[in-house]
Amino acid sequence: MKTTTMSKIVTAILLAGICDVGLMLVPSMVGLTRASDHPKVIEIAAKQFEFTPSQITLKKGVPVILRLHSSDRVHGFMSKPLKIDTDIPNNATKDVNVTPDTVGDFVVICDRYCGSGHGSMRMKVTVVE
Amino acid sequence: MRSLAELNGEAPAPFSFVQLSDTHVGFNGPPDPLGTKAFESAVATINGLKNPPELVIVTGDLTHDADSPDEHAKRFKLFKQISSKIGGAQIKVVPGENDAALDGGDMFREFMGPTRYSFDYRGVHFIALDNVSAGRPAVGAEQLRWMKSDLARFPKTAPIIVFTHRPLFDLKPEWEWFTSDGDEVMNALAPYENVTVLYGHIHRENFHQAGSTKMYAARSLIFAFPDPATTPVKKPAPFDKAAPFKNLGIRRVNGNVDGGDLQIEEVELATAEFGGTVGMDQMLKHGNNDSKDE
Repeated sequence: MKTTTMSKIVTAILLAGICDVGLMLVPSMVGLTRASDHPKVIEIAAKQFEFTPSQITLKKGVPVILRLHSSDRVHGFMSKPLKIDTDIPNNATKDVNVTPDTVGDFVVICDRYCGSGHGSMRMKVTVVE
Repeated sequence: MRSLAELNGEAPAPFSFVQLSDTHVGFNGPPDPLGTKAFESAVATINGLKNPPELVIVTGDLTHDADSPDEHAKRFKLFKQISSKIGGAQIKVVPGENDAALDGGDMFREFMGPTRYSFDYRGVHFIALDNVSAGRPAVGAEQLRWMKSDLARFPKTAPIIVFTHRPLFDLKPEWEWFTSDGDEVMNALAPYENVTVLYGHIHRENFHQAGSTKMYAARSLIFAFPDPATTPVKKPAPFDKAAPFKNLGIRRVNGNVDGGDLQIEEVELATAEFGGTVGMDQMLKHGNNDSKDE
């Protein structure tokens, strides 16, 4: 019985050790998985007649999620070279997945007419290697 | 244009018409502090033409957008008041985004009539196309179906003039100089051999040809935009006090019943009445500092 009890204790200690190692390893493995499967999220606020931030930098070939939010009315969010063309609903959030395939400076405009300053509502997207 | 008049039983006859664009009634610089002065000069210039036009076509942004509906209504009334002084010509209009994008074209229809329509004049088929009232640069599937149905009764050689506000091709999308479904419009027009598209919005002259379809942008009657090929940021050209109507103007279009292309003639605005420093200073007193852009 003593031997059996001691074996159980040793086994428990070993298991606890393995679990500790596991607890140390698993989060870092999860973290690695998230980094590759879940694109970075960039939040962009839209209101008459500006986007905030007004400039962002992305990496060529790296997917990102642009999380768009409007606080006053429906706005557009359009760039032909970046293959983006969506509306941003009023008081709601819209996610847009983007994977830039060309290096350069691009302009995103509001193409949903929003008033007499609409023509100047734009932001710059710089794509780097 | 092969012939200006061979359909609808009308006798073939040459005629001319004038295109105006982007009067932006209600706008008072910068950059242009002269309000409706260029528009008024255009009316005087038209009335002074030796061969008066039979039609005057206005390709959008008759008014500048206003925050309040009451103010916007005043601007439509002022547009009608000034344009009513054009003698002897029918006036045909399409909306620009300033006229119709915020309310889906309701006020435009109240003051000016439908935002899209077609008519025949001396054998030419005219199509007024609305690419603004959807709130974005688009014609829309329903209007496209209407246009195709409208065109279906014509032979492929029929002379057709489409007038609209925004360019139907990707002239400069990052300056919103495009129509998202413009390709579909152009595809519907492509089988027709004698199509001319007249448009505004870009506040400068431009010529573009796709197949046999020729597209002409008109100067505005408020301020000019620079050449996007040499200008990184969309911004109106500065006002030149010494030449207040520089890069503004109207277009005269002359038809030829014997065949051949339309004759496009850019007409400068009369500035004599605004000559001299004193006259200019008096005019500038009418301006305010509304800095809204196009």
